Amino acid sequence: MGRPLLRVVTCGSVDDGKSTLIGRLADDLGQVPEDERRAVAARAADGRLDHALLLDGLAAEREQGITIDVAHRALNVAGRRILLADAPGHEGYLRNTVTAASTADLAILLVDAARGIRQQTRRHAVIAALMRVRGIVLAVNKMDLIGHDQGRFEALAEEFRRFAAPLGLEGLVSIPIVALTGGNLAARDPAMPWYSGPTLTEHLATAEPADSAAAPFRMPVQWISRPGPEFRGAAGMIASGRLRPGDAVRVMPSGSPATVARIVAPEEDRPEAVAGESVMLTLAEEVDCARGDILCEAGAPLEVADQFEATVIWMADAPLLSGRPYLLKLGTRTVGASVTEIRERLDVDTGGRLATRELALNEIGRCNLLTDRPIAFAPYAESRDLGGFILIDRLTNETAGAGMIRFALRRAANLRWQPLQVDRAARAALTGQRPRVIWFTGLSGAGKSTIANLVEARLHAMGRHTYLLDGDNIRHGLNRDLGFTEADRAENIRRIAEVARLMADAGLIVLVAAISPFRADRLAARERIGEEDFVEVFVDTPLSVAEGRDPKGLYRKARAGQLANLTGLGSPYEAPETPELHLDGTEPAEDSARRVMAYIDGT
Amino acid sequence: MNHLRQLEAEAIHILRETAAECRRPVLLYSIGKDSGALLHLARKAFHPGPLPFPLLHVDTGWKFRDMYAMRDQVAADPALRLIVHVNPDGPARGISPVTHGAALHTEVMKTEGLKQALAAGGFDAAIGGARRDEERSRAKERIFSFRNARHQWEPRAQRPELWRLYNPRLAAGESLRVFPLSNWTELDVWRYIAQESIPLVPLYFSAPRPVVEREGRLIVRDDDRLPLEDGETPVLRRVRFRTLGCYPLTGAVESEAADVAGIIAELEASRLSERAGRAIDGEGGASMEAKKREGYF
Repeated sequence: MGRPLLRVVTCGSVDDGKSTLIGRLADDLGQVPEDERRAVAARAADGRLDHALLLDGLAAEREQGITIDVAHRALNVAGRRILLADAPGHEGYLRNTVTAASTADLAILLVDAARGIRQQTRRHAVIAALMRVRGIVLAVNKMDLIGHDQGRFEALAEEFRRFAAPLGLEGLVSIPIVALTGGNLAARDPAMPWYSGPTLTEHLATAEPADSAAAPFRMPVQWISRPGPEFRGAAGMIASGRLRPGDAVRVMPSGSPATVARIVAPEEDRPEAVAGESVMLTLAEEVDCARGDILCEAGAPLEVADQFEATVIWMADAPLLSGRPYLLKLGTRTVGASVTEIRERLDVDTGGRLATRELALNEIGRCNLLTDRPIAFAPYAESRDLGGFILIDRLTNETAGAGMIRFALRRAANLRWQPLQVDRAARAALTGQRPRVIWFTGLSGAGKSTIANLVEARLHAMGRHTYLLDGDNIRHGLNRDLGFTEADRAENIRRIAEVARLMADAGLIVLVAAISPFRADRLAARERIGEEDFVEVFVDTPLSVAEGRDPKGLYRKARAGQLANLTGLGSPYEAPETPELHLDGTEPAEDSARRVMAYIDGT
Repeated sequence: MNHLRQLEAEAIHILRETAAECRRPVLLYSIGKDSGALLHLARKAFHPGPLPFPLLHVDTGWKFRDMYAMRDQVAADPALRLIVHVNPDGPARGISPVTHGAALHTEVMKTEGLKQALAAGGFDAAIGGARRDEERSRAKERIFSFRNARHQWEPRAQRPELWRLYNPRLAAGESLRVFPLSNWTELDVWRYIAQESIPLVPLYFSAPRPVVEREGRLIVRDDDRLPLEDGETPVLRRVRFRTLGCYPLTGAVESEAADVAGIIAELEASRLSERAGRAIDGEGGASMEAKKREGYF
């Protein structure tokens, strides 16, 4: 009962016999209940037990004969608990493999002896290395199909070793098996007397999971308990190290020093706790400590930064683009974040790198990230718990991607903010106006520029200091290097938002007229400029009306096939859900301009 | 650290994440052994503070008398708040598992009842004791399982769960089911009950009980809510329950195991799955999945 559990990911496809392997292994270990065996055997025409069917759990999987999602199964091997995460092998399900590998201590990569090491096996090895799975088993299946040939087994094992070496995979063991008959799974296969290494179960029983108890103490704070005025506890799971009352710690990212007073438990306080335990502790000093902070050994505090280089795995249908705002969750802290640069894409087939500007579903890349405040972290190579993060889409709430911090970029520390004597409030006071950004969004031909022009003329006549940033005009200068792909459109809006912010900072009332078709980009602009200074004006004109006006002849060109990516035709327009002002683009522009003026005067 | 302590630490971590990140969580308390273990873990997770969420029992009116006694005992704890919900449509339409069968009874009293109770309480996360080893479609279940605004489970719309990072963010109307015991097995639960001396309903332990046999199932006649069919006479047999559902739907097993140690020994030797005795799972290989898609817990 004393042994820790071992988390194992199995990678391979139906063709390699992976479902058969796991079903057979469970059955040979006596861990398939009799009624489950009967139910599966009853579905076969000849009443024989097809071990692969013991695993496919979803109706769609049984209908299509494939595995769609990660399946979890507990096995007992010689008194040790194994948690198997079975990841489907198909190309489209890379994110499942990544998910299953993220917690794994050991990966079993299955290959078909007759077909040899294929693309997919190499891909799984690259992912296992990336997620830092410590142990690898190359299970060479269907040895019976190649006459249990020792030479061919050894050649395959050697081929894989050569591929795996530069990936940094450690603890590689190759085992020749026959999943269908259970050969070298739980029992030795008498047809391969030449094999003297461990059977699969022998290896599973002896492999050791990583032990992080020897590393410095770190605990992300999950929950602050304050049942009454006399008790204040910090709860969390210890990510690494040991903890004893009297230990000196620091609360990161603030760095405040503190001393552990008690480790509280229902019956009596505990003298010690180690990595992997969920604890409730109290500190002797009254220091600020909240969910999201990380308690660290005082002599070995974590790094704190707001810019990182990270490896990102993209899991959403919409691509990852620079400048888009996401939420980043690391440990127990969730902060705003965006990718500032997508540097390169990993070729999972070779482990090589390709240049790219965006990441699509199931792609893996190196990116620079910026968080909206500094966070404490450890490089993923040191700690999965303090270096792994997820990215959450702010509009759909999906888990859009996952990432692993490689290192902090020092630029933020080196580039100091130059303190200025005249500040924003002072500049605004001199103009006697409230600076802000009025952001007009809508289709091409909706009337944005016309209305914005009228508004600016009125403001000017009233003696207000203004500037109109027109999307088209900016593309002639600042943004002339950008095209109309989704990535370029996002960057176009990011730059316009930055310029608008600077101008508002200078005291101006800034009018922006830009199609700005994507909700996520407008949200980023809103956050960059600030909620209280950002006025989103939706110029709502039906496509047919805008196309009828066609002031620049763009719709005509697009209909003639000479212009791709025109918003409304080749590229989507995502209408604002809650704009500050919603204008009917079919009413006279003068009326719309009056409404905007009324809004500006009234707020 | 042995695996049971690791599973305990993981469950406590999940409970605390739920409390910290969800707006209004609720713990589904069904009076069975898994609920008992879950409640014990929740008390540990927040000790010395109180539970930061209430308990909810979706009652079908067809629980064993011993289960109601146990529930009353839990409800009497001043540190806990227990909400009991019965779908009023059931009694109004006279729905009973005896006359209407397992499927309709479960649909109305459990699935619909749960949706009503979650809506009434404005709960966005329902914590339950389901485990991945219970049934094959459960093996694909996330720990934070996402349900759309109609409480439906869409296997393809589930969020990837990497490391220990859960994403509990929701839009209005959407909700989560949270399963802290996902990685536990039935035996793990029993060993934990033994280790922590968790109180249980006596029905889990073998005793002479009045039994009738129906369609191969041993049905305990708890009281006269279960009408006898022609020619049926209850016979006293030494039986116990592996799971506790609604009483005419759950079959007992013959057993001599009268305490937790006896049950552990019996399970170690058993070759039958836990839900083999439940009427609700039997109808077709995908029946549990279909029920989950409709909003069954």
